[in-house]
Amino acid sequence: MRVKALETILTEKGLIDPAALDEIIDTYENRIGPRNGAHVVARAWSNPAFRDALLTDATAVVSELGYYGRQGEHMVAVENTDEVHNMVVCTLCSCYPWPLLGIPPGWYKSDAYRARAVREPRKVLADFGVTLPEDTAVRVWDSTAEVRYLVIPQRPAGTEGMDEAALMDLVTRDSMIGAGLALKP
Amino acid sequence: MTRPEPVFEAPWHAQLFALTVHLNEAGRFDWPDWAARFSATLARHGLTRDLNGGDDYFTAWLETLETLLAEKGWAEAAAVAQIRDAWEAAYLRTPHGDPVSLDG
Repeated sequence: MRVKALETILTEKGLIDPAALDEIIDTYENRIGPRNGAHVVARAWSNPAFRDALLTDATAVVSELGYYGRQGEHMVAVENTDEVHNMVVCTLCSCYPWPLLGIPPGWYKSDAYRARAVREPRKVLADFGVTLPEDTAVRVWDSTAEVRYLVIPQRPAGTEGMDEAALMDLVTRDSMIGAGLALKP
Repeated sequence: MTRPEPVFEAPWHAQLFALTVHLNEAGRFDWPDWAARFSATLARHGLTRDLNGGDDYFTAWLETLETLLAEKGWAEAAAVAQIRDAWEAAYLRTPHGDPVSLDG
């Protein structure tokens, strides 16, 4: 009701166009989402030159694919390997790369997730059904408005012959924030 | 594939989100300024308790936007409260299923 009141007042003053609000909701609910990030990851898996460029200057590379805009700046890609598993948490807000991953889920924004991920990342991963080998280090990145991270999950075994479109289906949102792994084919 | 889950947990989260993005797109304020203000509100709310990332998050968002709009002189607190009450009355008097309107 408080939101409705703001809308009424701003519409009466001609500061907003109410029709535009539905358009924005539709865009973020249906067009901007983790599929964009999955596209980037699938290409990085398929194309070593693209992967290298992504790790060097992620913002430029994803912008070229058309994934830019509000909260799409200052991107850094980090790659999961046998040696290290990267995981991302958010300090306050405005740190989630909307153009690549859409709107973050509620749990990601909760204080509980952030605190636990920093303190006991392996237990949090276990809650997500992920058990890493003992000798894989877990690195937790604190995302901010100045640096927003995209995790490149490890490419699953058995995907050698798959093309980019098929690979995209294996890349989940959780895998791109390090709370999960890419799906097996 | 990923399990299906709504992008926004509640309709008012979506409305508030869209309103803020629209005001930014219309050039009413810039995003870094918004983010700094919102961060400050979240930090203040988070001092006393753990925030849940859902309603807590958007309650802080709404407070930030209301303060910003009041500062700009676009929506003073008293006017917002008055319209809010008018909407509440309209919802209460409108028969279930009919469109709700402020007129009448």
